[in-house]
Amino acid sequence: MKLRDVKEILDADVIVGDEKLDTEVTTAFGADLMSDVLSFAKAGCLLLTGLTNTQVVRIANVLDMAAIILVRGKKPPAETISMAKSLQIPILTTKYILFETAGRLYAKGIVGCLEKVDTGSEQT
Amino acid sequence: MIPAVNKPENTLNKYSFDIEGGNFNAAGTVSMRIKAILKEKGLPGDVVRKSAIVSYEAEINIVSYARKGFIHLTVTPENVEIEAADEGPGIPNIEQAMEQGYSTASQEIREMGFGAGMGLHNINFYSDKFDISSEVNKGTSLRMIINATQLTKDI
Repeated sequence: MKLRDVKEILDADVIVGDEKLDTEVTTAFGADLMSDVLSFAKAGCLLLTGLTNTQVVRIANVLDMAAIILVRGKKPPAETISMAKSLQIPILTTKYILFETAGRLYAKGIVGCLEKVDTGSEQT
Repeated sequence: MIPAVNKPENTLNKYSFDIEGGNFNAAGTVSMRIKAILKEKGLPGDVVRKSAIVSYEAEINIVSYARKGFIHLTVTPENVEIEAADEGPGIPNIEQAMEQGYSTASQEIREMGFGAGMGLHNINFYSDKFDISSEVNKGTSLRMIINATQLTKDI
C-alpha cells in the first residue's frame, strides 16, 4: 500500500513529508528501544514508535526506513521535525496505541519486517 | 592489518571522524556519514546495514560515556573495518559489559532509547570479527570487521 493509505488507516496527521505519500510500503517494525530498532528494522519499513527525539530520525536515515509513525498521539519536538525535513523522512502521528497501530496495519496487509528474531545464542 | 601503501585508492578508502563526549545532539551523525559513504561505494545492503549498526552503537557509547573519541573507517575490497576508540572511564569488567541487559547508562541515555544493555552485545553479534580492549580511567577501544566479500542474503 501507499503511505497515503497508512495515513487513512491510522487516521494520522502528516507532520513531515506530504510530498512522499505515494511511497510504497509493505513492512513495519515497532519498538521504543532504539538499540532494537537498529538491530531489527530493515530498509523500506515503517517505524512505529513512541519516541520522538532526533535519534529516531537518524536511525531511520541510517537504515533507509520509509517513514516514522509516532503512536499514542506523540508530537515531535522542533529539532526532530527540522531534521526529518532535511533528511526527507516522513513523520506521521496517530492517536492509536502501538498495539492498535500494528494490528490495524497488519489487518490491511502490512507485515513485520521480520517475524521472529534470530538471537544467535542457540547456535553457539 | 593491511600495510600502508602509497596508492591513491588506499588513502581514499580511509576516513576519520572525531566524536565529542556528552554531545547528545550530534550522536549518530558520524554513523549517518559512514552509511552514506558505504552506500555510495555500492557495497551490498547487508554489509552497509551491519556496518551502520555497529558504528551507531559504538558512537552512542562514546557520546554517552567518554570525554572524546574517534571512529576510523577503512574500506578494502575484502571488508569494512571500523575502529572506535575513546578517552574515558574504561570498562572494569568487559565480560559483564558484553552481557545482554547489563548497563550503567544514565537516565539521559535511556530517554534517547538506548542504555538497555544491548550495545556491545549487538556490536559483537553483527561484526564478523570483534575485538575490545579497555583500561579503567584511560579508555576503551573497539575494532569491528564486517566481511564484504561473502555475500549474505541481501535485505
